Amino acid sequence: MGTSLAGQMVNLLAAFLLLVAFAMLSQRRVLSLVRLFAWQGAALAASTLLVAYSTGQNHLYYSAALAVALKVILIPWVLHRLIDRLDVRWDIETPINIPTTMLVGIALVIFAFALATPISEMSSTITRGTLGIALACVLLSFLMMIVRRKAIPQVIGFLAMENGLFFAATSATHGMPLVVELGVALDVLVGTFIFGIFFFHIREQFDSLDIRHMEKLKED
Amino acid sequence: MTQAPTIAFQIFQSILVVLAAPLLMGWVNQCRAWLQNRSAPSILLPYYTLAKLFHKDAVIAEHASPLFRLTPYILFGCMWLAGGIVPVLATALPFAPAADIIALVAVFALARVFAALAAMDIGTSFGGLGARREMLIGFLAEPAMLMTLFTAAFISGSTQLTTIVDVLAHRQFVIQPSLAFAAVAFLMVLLAENARIPIDNPTTHLELTMVHEAMILEYSARHLALIEWGAAIKLFAYMTIGFALFAPWGIATAGDWAGLPLAIAALVAKLAVAGAGLALIETVSAKFRLFRAPEFLSTAFLLAVLGMLTHFLLRT
Repeated sequence: MGTSLAGQMVNLLAAFLLLVAFAMLSQRRVLSLVRLFAWQGAALAASTLLVAYSTGQNHLYYSAALAVALKVILIPWVLHRLIDRLDVRWDIETPINIPTTMLVGIALVIFAFALATPISEMSSTITRGTLGIALACVLLSFLMMIVRRKAIPQVIGFLAMENGLFFAATSATHGMPLVVELGVALDVLVGTFIFGIFFFHIREQFDSLDIRHMEKLKED
Repeated sequence: MTQAPTIAFQIFQSILVVLAAPLLMGWVNQCRAWLQNRSAPSILLPYYTLAKLFHKDAVIAEHASPLFRLTPYILFGCMWLAGGIVPVLATALPFAPAADIIALVAVFALARVFAALAAMDIGTSFGGLGARREMLIGFLAEPAMLMTLFTAAFISGSTQLTTIVDVLAHRQFVIQPSLAFAAVAFLMVLLAENARIPIDNPTTHLELTMVHEAMILEYSARHLALIEWGAAIKLFAYMTIGFALFAPWGIATAGDWAGLPLAIAALVAKLAVAGAGLALIETVSAKFRLFRAPEFLSTAFLLAVLGMLTHFLLRT
């Protein structure tokens, strides 16, 4: 034991991140997915803030501010607008088997934890325990991208993966250099816009956002 | 220390559980009525119902086997035993070494098996239907329940419920994400096991939806009274297990009569809050289709497993 209150709070937020990752995996509605993504961003920002406060690393404050601006406000707003423009507000993804996906998810979490434990034992930061959770979040987002068929949930999975990586960076090494973080943030933002444009093209081409259509080589 | 005070404590607790359980049921019903803008029935209504049922003559189907007659007593006995094992007011009960948390889950399972057998014994379609549904829910809820209890057991290093409570109540305050996961999972299991709304509606008699009610449809008079009373004790026992694991404040040690008033006050306060919370959950949520129940319970299982895993990871 002996971890400080800040460390415990970071652990709690890490657990919350994992929970949100699972909630995203099991959520069928697109709008709720966006809301969950915003929550994940908020938890991420809060934990970054806590790490910044407890370690006195000033550049992490900028990272936290960046996370709030980008992941809680801007990207969810862009996604909301996209959903409105595409008119897929009430889209429900039916054919995913949630209990099985959840079980695969548990297996992934065990794998991630087993992988991270020896690594985190070498570290001495207050957040060393959370590396496994960050890894699990990344893998769960991967899983989400694999099992989803519609384009928007896949993109949200991609963005959630970036959240996981961001969290891994904060927990393992107290964050990347600010320049790198800025670059990644910009990439994510631009990526979201490009995906938005892609959505319209996909729909124009196939009359649906179901990406199974893209697996065919020829038009029939 | 002599055994006499602890045994007196055990007897006091066992009697208290049996007598107070219908009161909890009445409180939940009253809260529900308030929340749904109905005029509330008296909080003592469950007692009147039980008294009424005990005074009636029992009607039993012609082809019923002795199992059918025996089951209400077994159900009531199992629930009472569970109520005696769970540390309600004090830790270190003389009964407690008789069963750890695994055996406790087994006691509930035993009651479930007999209820299902009795429901199928008569051979009506509703009985069989209810029994099958109950077993479906049961076999999904049990692993989730066990995982929840294991999380607490890992934290305290024992599967004895009394030891768990001792450890959890008297340690310094540490935020445990694993316990938060386990608490949510436990709440979901509690709803499912006690035939509460997202899974089953305790007040319904609609053929398509009832689970628990379908099983006991053939019972009347004193048998029905015992089953209903047993159900009330089950809810009481589940709630006190929840308190023991996630809110063990104010509990007395055995033989400590001075701590008893505080323990009773804490218990009453916790039950009042939990009962109102249960009523709130039941009011704001709609009953699931039966085929969504596995999803609900697999989520509970998932949360419980996550709780256990995060305990190992964040233990450092």
